[in-house]
Amino acid sequence: MSTYYLFQDAKKCIGCHSCEVACKSNKNLPVGPKICQIVTVGPKFVGKLPKTSYTFMPCFHCENPWCVAACPTGAMQKRPKDGIVFVDENLCVGCKTCMSACPWGAPQWNPETGKVVKCDHCKDRVDVGLKPACVTVCTTHCLHFGKPEEVPQVRRERYAKAMSALD
Amino acid sequence: MQNETYSLCFMCSVRCPIRVVTENGQVKWIEGNPHVPGMEGSLCPRGSAGISLLNDSERLQTPLIRTGPRGSGKWRRAGWDEALDMVGEKLQEIVEKHGGHSVVLGERTNLSTHVSKTFLKAIKSPNHFTHDALCKGSVNTACRSLFGYTDAQLGIDYKNTKHLVLYGRNIFEAIEVKVANAVTEALDKGAKLTYIDPRVSITATKANRYWMIRPGTDLALNYGLIHVILKEQLYDAAYVERWVEGLHELQDFVRPYTPEWAEQETGIPAEEIVDLAREVGKEKPSVVFHMGYRGASHTDEIYLRRSILILNALMGSIEVKGGYFFKKGPGEVGAKPARKLTEQDLPKAEVPRFDKAGTPDFPLPDPNHGVAQMLPFAILNEDPYPIKALISNRFDPLMSIPDNNLTKQALDKLDLIVTIDINFSDIAWYSDVILPESIYLERLDCVQQANGLKPQMFLRKQVIPPRFDTRPASIILKQIAERLGIGQYFPYETMQDLVRWQLDGTGFSLEDFDKKGFVAYTDKQIFWDRKDGIKFKTPSKKIELVSSLLENAGFESFPVYKSKVSPQDKFRLTMGRCALHTHVSTQNNPYLSEIVPENLLWINTRRASELGITDGALVEVASSRGAGKIKAYVTDFIHPETVFMLHGFGHEAQAATRCFNKGVSDSLLLENISDKVGGSPALHDTFVTVRCA
Repeated sequence: MSTYYLFQDAKKCIGCHSCEVACKSNKNLPVGPKICQIVTVGPKFVGKLPKTSYTFMPCFHCENPWCVAACPTGAMQKRPKDGIVFVDENLCVGCKTCMSACPWGAPQWNPETGKVVKCDHCKDRVDVGLKPACVTVCTTHCLHFGKPEEVPQVRRERYAKAMSALD
Repeated sequence: MQNETYSLCFMCSVRCPIRVVTENGQVKWIEGNPHVPGMEGSLCPRGSAGISLLNDSERLQTPLIRTGPRGSGKWRRAGWDEALDMVGEKLQEIVEKHGGHSVVLGERTNLSTHVSKTFLKAIKSPNHFTHDALCKGSVNTACRSLFGYTDAQLGIDYKNTKHLVLYGRNIFEAIEVKVANAVTEALDKGAKLTYIDPRVSITATKANRYWMIRPGTDLALNYGLIHVILKEQLYDAAYVERWVEGLHELQDFVRPYTPEWAEQETGIPAEEIVDLAREVGKEKPSVVFHMGYRGASHTDEIYLRRSILILNALMGSIEVKGGYFFKKGPGEVGAKPARKLTEQDLPKAEVPRFDKAGTPDFPLPDPNHGVAQMLPFAILNEDPYPIKALISNRFDPLMSIPDNNLTKQALDKLDLIVTIDINFSDIAWYSDVILPESIYLERLDCVQQANGLKPQMFLRKQVIPPRFDTRPASIILKQIAERLGIGQYFPYETMQDLVRWQLDGTGFSLEDFDKKGFVAYTDKQIFWDRKDGIKFKTPSKKIELVSSLLENAGFESFPVYKSKVSPQDKFRLTMGRCALHTHVSTQNNPYLSEIVPENLLWINTRRASELGITDGALVEVASSRGAGKIKAYVTDFIHPETVFMLHGFGHEAQAATRCFNKGVSDSLLLENISDKVGGSPALHDTFVTVRCA
């Protein structure tokens, strides 16, 4: 796995797709590829309340990425210093093998270049101390990025507050 | 080389503060202004699609002059001088022959509205109108009837509220970033969210209580709530005693409206209504019954909005932490706001407005905004006088005013239609001359006076030079004005000149905005003293439940509730927003249309099955005014009596290729009927049939 942790606090997510749009804008992508995507499931009544799941789907930056193993040209790579999995466009020949290999559909097709594009955690931003595009603009700050030990323990704190009997 | 500029977004009219990064003269990055609480980098999807707009080759690029019949799409490119000369000459001719009042200018309220108003005043036309009436005219009137202030002068302290009650106010889809974040924060701290809507929106999925109310019956629910609150004395007695006039009249009025009665009308169980009343009774005064963002649904709209505000008055939640507050201006700290061109000594119009707002025929709507949906009637009936020219500034009457066919008939009577816009809107497509505006990243704009708990000023700064041959509206209007011989009212050559003129006397300079994008008059929140300091502007200086504004105009404060009936074989048409689009203006944006390319007709599963309609099927939706074909979205998550569609689709301008003919425009179906007291159109009072296409 990469040394980073991208955490979606689903309770705060409103499924607005700002992450998707900012991601595409930052990478200057045409209509078509979605490097990250909010997938909406629902609504469904849970008791009397309607609930919907908004799931953030970027690349998971696997420890042992099948896309890297599958790539015949060495375009798909894992960055040694932090484990970010990225594609070097200059080496990509558009064979789509990585798209077939990835169980989660992370590598996307760019019809303008005839090559693959994928989430690289915005490594150019990360390298200068910024957060990925999706995390920076997230409307409700539901996306968090950092080292696993730094990402706020929001779920634990929220649970503790809900359980507290001080009122 | 990288540069950063603090500015204001204009992908919708909320004006979220932004930070824009350019590299070698190209915009590379836009994010929420990190210095502004509640923004801190955040942007909604429309804001995130700003670069997509900037780079869109389907934007208007030069002035265009029509060469075929109206709406034929035949244009020739023109230089600015030729286009402005043509507009100037035609306007001059019309003003000389029919008077300045035969010219109407409509716009979405924006930072240069004072420029447009000055333009019309200078030609002695009272006929400036904004889109506001279409959105919330009755909310404005309701607020004035109770507090003496407009809705725009009230703010909500979402962050500290304990309970937020929303009547279809879809906070998490019709997004204002700061509000979405403040509500998220409040919910995280344990605040409750009650959401009332015949349809399950995204906001409904975040609520602690959701009521699928029978469409159109929110007013009955509120009378039931008020009944319980008064009967069980759950209100803030000290506040009500000090600030509220007319409690006894209200008590007498709501006596018959029991929760059991409300259950019959709304479908919400009586005991749940009682529960909510008791809950807020404990949580008061940090409770917000939201007055609504769009309040333009029914012919009795003003009474619904009043009932919501009355609930707040009873909770004592007006001018309190975690409730409503009156927005404070620089005057509170002895300072001055930015100047407006309208403060000049301008000629007075000698005739009433085209919509008759402020006259005995239509006394209560706010003449500062006018009543946009009256435009087709004024033109067609030449009542109160003939209208000959329309200037549409970033406002599309064809898609925004109900009954598109009627509006077209009216437009056909005009001698001149000029549109100032950034995209090929439907009204641009139907115009004689199009004057293209530079987008928000390409222009300096007038000062935003941001009143609130802490009065501030923000500035929309130019980030890059215009990509195409476009100009700011404030410059375009000045250049038309010069051709009409009224240039003296526009004492500037550039936008910098105008902003410096505005800032004169405020103690701030243009450069003061460089550091953070805004300037603040004070760093402390200003609340008025709840015991003696609330400056209500009604004649009684109190909250007038029995309203002198209404009664003096011949209207009742508490008219008897009329039951809402839905014809068995029809559906009440309702509409709303999603996070990806702004009104009628973003549907052609490459990135936004990729995610939401068309609107669908939400229809209840049982009703759909009775009609043989399956999910995804093409259906015909028809009203007394028109019909269109749209895909059905069959779902349990909408009340059986209503169908719903997103506003803003069904564009007719062929040059906007991504949204042309996608989905159906509600304006094609809606009847042009209004709340004749408050001034809003009744956008949810049209019934439609639905059948397989």
